Amino acid sequence: MAPKAMAPAVRFHAAVALAGRFPALSGVDLTVAPGEVVVVVGPNGAGKTSLLRACAGLLAVTSGEAMVLGHDLRGERADVRRRVGLLGHAAPLYDELTASENVRFAVRAAGLPAAAAAPALTRLGLVGRLGRTTVGRLSAGQVRRVALAALVARAPELWLLDEPHAGLDAAARRLLGELVAEAAAAGAAVLLSSHEPDLAVPMADRVVTMAGGQVSGERRGGRRPLLSSLGSEDTNVA
Amino acid sequence: MLRDALLVAGKDLRIEARSRVALWQVLPFALLCLVLFAFALGPGPAALRVAAPGLFWLAVLFSTVLATQRSFAIESGEGTRDGLRLSGIDPAGIFLGKAAALAVQLALLQVVLLAGITLLFGVRLHTVWLAVAASVLATVGLSCAGVIYGSLSAGLRVRETLLPLLVLPIVAPVLLAGSRAWSAALSGSVSAGSEWLKILGVFAAVYLVVGIALYGPLQEAS
Repeated sequence: MAPKAMAPAVRFHAAVALAGRFPALSGVDLTVAPGEVVVVVGPNGAGKTSLLRACAGLLAVTSGEAMVLGHDLRGERADVRRRVGLLGHAAPLYDELTASENVRFAVRAAGLPAAAAAPALTRLGLVGRLGRTTVGRLSAGQVRRVALAALVARAPELWLLDEPHAGLDAAARRLLGELVAEAAAAGAAVLLSSHEPDLAVPMADRVVTMAGGQVSGERRGGRRPLLSSLGSEDTNVA
Repeated sequence: MLRDALLVAGKDLRIEARSRVALWQVLPFALLCLVLFAFALGPGPAALRVAAPGLFWLAVLFSTVLATQRSFAIESGEGTRDGLRLSGIDPAGIFLGKAAALAVQLALLQVVLLAGITLLFGVRLHTVWLAVAASVLATVGLSCAGVIYGSLSAGLRVRETLLPLLVLPIVAPVLLAGSRAWSAALSGSVSAGSEWLKILGVFAAVYLVVGIALYGPLQEAS
């Protein structure tokens, strides 16, 4: 966990965001420290994805306070976007490019040398024939791994993972857990939404419950104590 | 910005080389336009030679719409659209890169179309530099305008039908000036053609500057 003096990676206070004309976030209060892993749970339509998209600067915050990595989301979204990594429902990949070309494009776009893609590709098992296969010919789980490799290679300061376990096999899920733990140990903040608390909660320093576009509950503490407390109190998660 | 532009242009051209949409769809469409126009005008070689510059640029304009649609189709998925916005690439770099990739495709298309009008209509360029200058300026203008309006319509469900309505009226000056400049190049009338080059140059400069300045806000709005 980061020292108290360090500025929060995410600080939302009464943050309201609209998706079109409809409220997606209705006064969210949330703080995430650097090096902290926060899992967001809640039913469909609770605002989990909207929260992650707002943190990425993809959803405009219309009122309240919304600071990410020291930047105000209402005026400095471009500065935020360079420093966050979002793994959303749809992979940010091009079907006609190979897995390795997609990851190299992501790292070069972030201003890093193309060689920075190699460790992430190796770690996610995207070497050899798989690395040379165009994304359009990969399975859904493999596509998810390529998207994860692109995120890992960019080494963002804030990881935003929206249902990251979806489509991953057991080995890839274990690897995801390791990567999240390593990122947090390196000082990155991680905000992860999930419909699978059995998989996500063991990764968390803190679990936040959302409902109706607001944070409706929160449990703090270390990962092991957190697991034991959730069994009795956060049973309404989807 | 230039580094970002090269990165995006390289990505778009690589995708185009793999998918071959331009080769198997845009190019045949452009050649088909020429043939159909020739059918409509009848077999008289004199009328075809007079009409050749206009038909050439009409085919280029229609193909620009198709190529622009394709350029934004590869970014139409939610993931790739968000990915590009989160990539850290300067929006002006994205604009220049996509415009450059489109320009390369349009330039190659014009080479093939020139061969087409030479064979079909029996035309011969007398002032090659004038035709090349007109093509270069028109290509810059068309690709910049195409990317701007392609970005505007990219997020809409009706983008396929909206884009031609947005682009074709806007690029009408290119059709006029390009046709006149090429007519001058065919007849060897340099002074007449030079005046039309100025219009093409202004059009290209305006859309280049507007695109660099406004692509970021346009990307947010789409």
